[in-house]
Amino acid sequence: MIANTKHQTVLSAIEANQHLEGAMLPILHQIQHDLGHIPSEHVIDIAQALNVSRAEVHGVISFYHSFTTSPKGKHVIEVCRAESCQAKGGRAIEAAVKAKLGIDFEQTTDDGEITLEPVYCLGNCGCSPAVKINSDVYGRVTTDSVENLIDGLLTGQH
Amino acid sequence: MIRVEHPNDPNKDYGTPSSVSLADIADGAYVETITGYIDGVSVTVPVGTSVMRAAAIADINIPKLCATDSLDAFGSCRLCLVQIEGRRGSPASCTTPFEDGMRVTTQNSELADLRRGVMELYISDHPLDCLTCSANGDCELQDMAGVVGLREVRYGYEGENHLDEVKDESNPYFTFDPSKCITCSRCVRACEETQGTFALTIENRGFKSKVSAGQSQDFIDSECVSCGACVQACPTATLSEKSIIEAGQPEHSKVTTCAYCGVGCAFKAEMKGEELVRMTPYKNGEANRGHSCVKGRFAFGYATHKERITTPMIRDTINDQWQPVSWEEAFEFAAEKLKAIQTQYGRKSIGGISSSRCTNEEVYLVQKMVRAGFGNNNVDTCARVCHSPTGYGLKQTLGESAGTQNFDSVEDCDIAMVMGANPTDAHPVFGSRLKKRLREGAKLIVVDPRRIDLVKSPHINAEHHLKLLPGTNVAFINTMAHVIVRDKLFDEDFVNQRCEEDAFKEWLAFISDDKHSPENSEAITGIPAADITAAARLYATGGNAAIYYGLGVTEHSQGSTTVMGIANLAMLTGNIGRRGVGVNPLRGQNNVQGSCDMGSFPHELPGYRSVADDEVRATFESAWGLNLDNEPGYRINNMLDAAVAGQYKGLYVQGEDIAQSDPNTKHVEAALMNLDCLIVQDLFLNETAKFATVFLPGASFLEKNGTFTNAERRISPVRKVMKPLAGKEDWEVTQGLCNAMGFEMNYSHPREIMQEIASLTPTFTNVTYERLDKEGSIQWPCNDEAPDGTPTMHIEEFVRGKGLFKVTEYVPTDEKVTRRFPMLLTTGRILSQYNVGAQTRRTENNAWHDKDLLEIHPSDATDRGIVNGDRVKIQSRSGETHLTAHVTERVQPSVVYTTFHHPESGANVITTDNSDWATNCPEYKVTAVQVSKVIVATENSQWQQQFESFTEKQLELAEIETEEPA
Repeated sequence: MIANTKHQTVLSAIEANQHLEGAMLPILHQIQHDLGHIPSEHVIDIAQALNVSRAEVHGVISFYHSFTTSPKGKHVIEVCRAESCQAKGGRAIEAAVKAKLGIDFEQTTDDGEITLEPVYCLGNCGCSPAVKINSDVYGRVTTDSVENLIDGLLTGQH
Repeated sequence: MIRVEHPNDPNKDYGTPSSVSLADIADGAYVETITGYIDGVSVTVPVGTSVMRAAAIADINIPKLCATDSLDAFGSCRLCLVQIEGRRGSPASCTTPFEDGMRVTTQNSELADLRRGVMELYISDHPLDCLTCSANGDCELQDMAGVVGLREVRYGYEGENHLDEVKDESNPYFTFDPSKCITCSRCVRACEETQGTFALTIENRGFKSKVSAGQSQDFIDSECVSCGACVQACPTATLSEKSIIEAGQPEHSKVTTCAYCGVGCAFKAEMKGEELVRMTPYKNGEANRGHSCVKGRFAFGYATHKERITTPMIRDTINDQWQPVSWEEAFEFAAEKLKAIQTQYGRKSIGGISSSRCTNEEVYLVQKMVRAGFGNNNVDTCARVCHSPTGYGLKQTLGESAGTQNFDSVEDCDIAMVMGANPTDAHPVFGSRLKKRLREGAKLIVVDPRRIDLVKSPHINAEHHLKLLPGTNVAFINTMAHVIVRDKLFDEDFVNQRCEEDAFKEWLAFISDDKHSPENSEAITGIPAADITAAARLYATGGNAAIYYGLGVTEHSQGSTTVMGIANLAMLTGNIGRRGVGVNPLRGQNNVQGSCDMGSFPHELPGYRSVADDEVRATFESAWGLNLDNEPGYRINNMLDAAVAGQYKGLYVQGEDIAQSDPNTKHVEAALMNLDCLIVQDLFLNETAKFATVFLPGASFLEKNGTFTNAERRISPVRKVMKPLAGKEDWEVTQGLCNAMGFEMNYSHPREIMQEIASLTPTFTNVTYERLDKEGSIQWPCNDEAPDGTPTMHIEEFVRGKGLFKVTEYVPTDEKVTRRFPMLLTTGRILSQYNVGAQTRRTENNAWHDKDLLEIHPSDATDRGIVNGDRVKIQSRSGETHLTAHVTERVQPSVVYTTFHHPESGANVITTDNSDWATNCPEYKVTAVQVSKVIVATENSQWQQQFESFTEKQLELAEIETEEPA
């Protein structure tokens, strides 16, 4: 009954946040956090709870990078592509990560382990180039250090 | 504070909406103004006007793409930049309010560079196929490229772009081509602000931004209701009518009035020669204010459908082949038959029924023909079966058989009580206007057995949904009044000054009785006492309260009583005689109000004046040159009963399909079979015509001149845009038949008929075609006392002088649930189909609704082993029919619901002969039924099988080939 569980998770995220002013983002964040994505088939529940249309919820979900409608990998690596990081060699980092994982941006490795995403500024410009792995930000990364971080992830040492 | 001229050139886009409300403009109210300078020109406009609009009023037209005056300013396209003295940079003129003393520059080389730069970016990602584009000649992007002087695109066209985006052609009427989209959001905003459906959004962001219907779905699979607001708002070819893609841009147009529901929207019929290529909502239409619905905007294909019959036909019996004949032969044949019937069975053995779909002039002529040409008062109209209780109830209490407000009035209401009406489906443009007001903060009370869309839909949430049991309206309305009286929330001053004292006292004693208390009525209506108490208090104390009601009020055995109860409630709370309040019947068909006004009832001459009134009759007698019968004639139900009894033998039916629309179909069919001469005048061989021996081809609203009067008493012109397919407008046909009957009529244009109407009807005295051409429309009464017409009635005093409270005793209907028939059937309409469907079934609207379904609550379905999509049998005391079940919580347990748009559904085979005590309006809304599963899914009821073979035979006799519905 995985489907039911998903639905339950969505409904409890709605219930927990519905009373807030501007409840949509808190609801979406919680579902994204709990399920790793926001199931398209349950957008209708969010819409009905907030008395808005499905289209409006869809507009918000698709606008923000933080929200996805299909499950992400177990880990998410975000490589910064903003000005400062690019100036400090971010493109080489991008290339190294893509090569290491064998995937492009917004893709997930076949084993479902890692999703790679671009990000436009992590607020860490002083320590460019930067990447973020799950909830941790790493500054002044090099191609070697980033490869090591990925190895760490894959071997479960991260 | 000064009065400002409201600029309203319908062909000009002022960029942003007026800051003054429509009602204030119409009233010529005084507003605060500001004066500033645009390009050195002094401009005075109301406070709150944008720089863009102020400039447009001075005919200084600032380039724009994302702005249009039907939508709030958005400020995204960056083309309307201006410079303002004393301010830095170049603000967008659409989002910047104009201020006193402001000095604005709209054109200089700096601004020109900025605008060209913006256009370059747009055009660098746009297909350069203007010459072969469907919007060529009607494209704002093209116009703006010209205006800003775009000569080159420095970025080239090679970069990433959207040119290969795939079209969405799923909607039958329009195409969405994302390759031409400039992401101005006008469609998204139109869906939200104008229509109120919120079906569209912009998905993703930046370069990947794209208009999305629903959740990235095809339009047809989304919540889109195909109202056309997005198409209307689109500045490019992105959202285009398929008819325009096929035919090209129109070359001329005429303003006319929609022939569907009682909202009476004004449209521009856009033509190429005699071909109608597009209907667009007319911006200056005062009923619709530039909005439309899927029926009026798109469903006009029926007018040229191949099943139109364009030659008069006659036959001796309904088993004979139809013979095409000339008009003269048809008139002679019909007149001979009618005269022979009168000789044999007497003067009163024939009569006529007119239609609320025909023009005022046409229905006026029908009643004139019956009264003068047939020599009796056997004339009735289909309003008998919809809003006759409105006419009766409002006349009794307020003194006039009409709604009290205009539609603009909704913009001033604080509380809307919608009772037995489903505006988003049946009166969609009014529904959108109401929703707009609700989004602004007005509160809503819905009184309906069924959960209609207004109860809860995006950004709409009714304060109360009072889910009463069908047939208990009077008990409900009495309890509302009881609470208001008990809690002393009524407007004592209003009642004392404006209403008859004795009648009020009598009513007060009646209503104060504890039997009307919320607690006591709960058992009858099923509405929890606390809910109705709260709703009554809200209605009485929430500010301007307006009641909007429909056939869920009138089509009951106590329809007239409920209408009077509604009027009582409005008088009690002083909610009458000003903007934002009132009693508003939502009329079902385009000209229900007009057909009633025109004396189509057997007991009333035009202007609701009794045939028994010697003085009134004398004016008609002297104008028409003969004596008139002073006794009321037959109502439709009397005609049918008399026909079954063999005393009524000849009937002329204009544009009405009683065999489908009237209750107890088997009784109607028996009556029609018993006639010696049935003359049907219609566009199609409708269900009634299958029983006829004379068929006179009708003309669609596109093929004739005349006027319709909508639910707000607004008389609007209907204009001929193409020649009648059969050669005659409907009034000419009636005139031809009447002349053959021996009573001479010699009108050469409907204008002359309106002159006669005005001369004989005190509420129409100053109505002329010249004024309608000049002013667009007029709300009656329009006479020397009200020279400009009457948007709001009963302002100083009621039409009858003092308002009359009527005692409204609740009497339960005879149609009771029993063990054999344990459920209640109620009927209604759906958005995409219209009434009997003769028009909409012959359009692509079938894409949304190709058959009538029976809505049933999950618990009732489970009890009966019914699942969604099952074929089910519905039995009542009158008959039985088979439909497909739709299991839904929209209906409450023990109540089922269906629509009557498809004749083979036989919804009216089940409905009974019960009717309103005062007017005989049938009780369509309450029928005791049993529902059970049909084992063989393809099996039809006995009536349906007979219907099928009879229809097949009749089509053969008329040599008509039908096509399967799309």
